[in-house]
Amino acid sequence: MDKNYMKLEFLSKSANESFARVVVAAFASQLDPTLEELSDIKTAVSEAVTNAIIHGYEYGEGVIIIEAFIVDNLINITIRDSGKGIKNIEEAMEPFYTSKPDLERSGMGFTVMETFMDSLVVESSEGKGTVVRMTKEIKNLSDEER
Amino acid sequence: MFLEMEELENNLIVKLKGELDHHSSEDIRKKIDAYFSTSSTSNIVMDLNELTFMDSSGVGLIMGRYRSAQEKNGYLIIACDKERIVRILDMSGLLKIIKLYPNLDTAIRNI
Ligand SMILES: Nc1ncnc2c1ncn2[C@@H]1O[C@H](COP(=O)(O)OP(=O)(O)OP(=O)(O)O)[C@@H](O)[C@H]1O
Ligand SMILES: [Mg+2]
Repeated sequence: MDKNYMKLEFLSKSANESFARVVVAAFASQLDPTLEELSDIKTAVSEAVTNAIIHGYEYGEGVIIIEAFIVDNLINITIRDSGKGIKNIEEAMEPFYTSKPDLERSGMGFTVMETFMDSLVVESSEGKGTVVRMTKEIKNLSDEER
Repeated sequence: MFLEMEELENNLIVKLKGELDHHSSEDIRKKIDAYFSTSSTSNIVMDLNELTFMDSSGVGLIMGRYRSAQEKNGYLIIACDKERIVRILDMSGLLKIIKLYPNLDTAIRNI
């Protein structure tokens, strides 16, 4: 069994969104993913990090922690904030639900994460923060299948 | 993120290049709104073919500009044939209300 692990900690600034998704994608690259799989990971990470900044910390200053584990060809990504938390997780995960329609949010973030990753679990407690856990299996396609 | 705007008759052509996320969309939104609010054009044509990344923040940006065009009794159309981006647009229901063409030339011809 081949294992690897990384941890990234950064301030909740929107300028860090691209930095965060590029780091996770670079870590995932050792599994030799297709460009499609890499884009899936980048998009899902971007959604979770953006949520931590906009909703978790509501544009205030806080710390976002990303951890990623690799076990064989599975990548497990955890994105954590210590922000305001989510009162009703089920409602929050519904497509089109947003608590901030005035900020031109579409309520698609969790739906995008669910679609592009193999699994998505959200844990949250009000006033304490939110943890988003996602996994994706990297298929290891042969050159002909790519 | 790179933005190019140009007026063509009654249409504001908006070309986006690079990565459209929450961070870049804030700036892009301000620039489009500043231009469109004082422009005599009433339609917006968004060319997304040179985007290398887009997440749900892009959906919000397009939705908002769709509304600005509506307020001027105009409409917004999209030029894009990038499968990934089209998939996100489709997921978010935008393609039920916004017309999509594969490229800018076809979009302009069909205005
Ligand atoms: N990290 C978080 N902390 C607190 N609330 C959150 C967090 N992530 C999501 N939420 C809540 O869940 C809702 C749904 O999130 P989702 O990402 O699906 O949509 P959105 O962020 O509102 O819109 P979009 O992602 O399309 O821009 C948010 O509106 C917010 O209320
Ligand atoms: Mg979101």
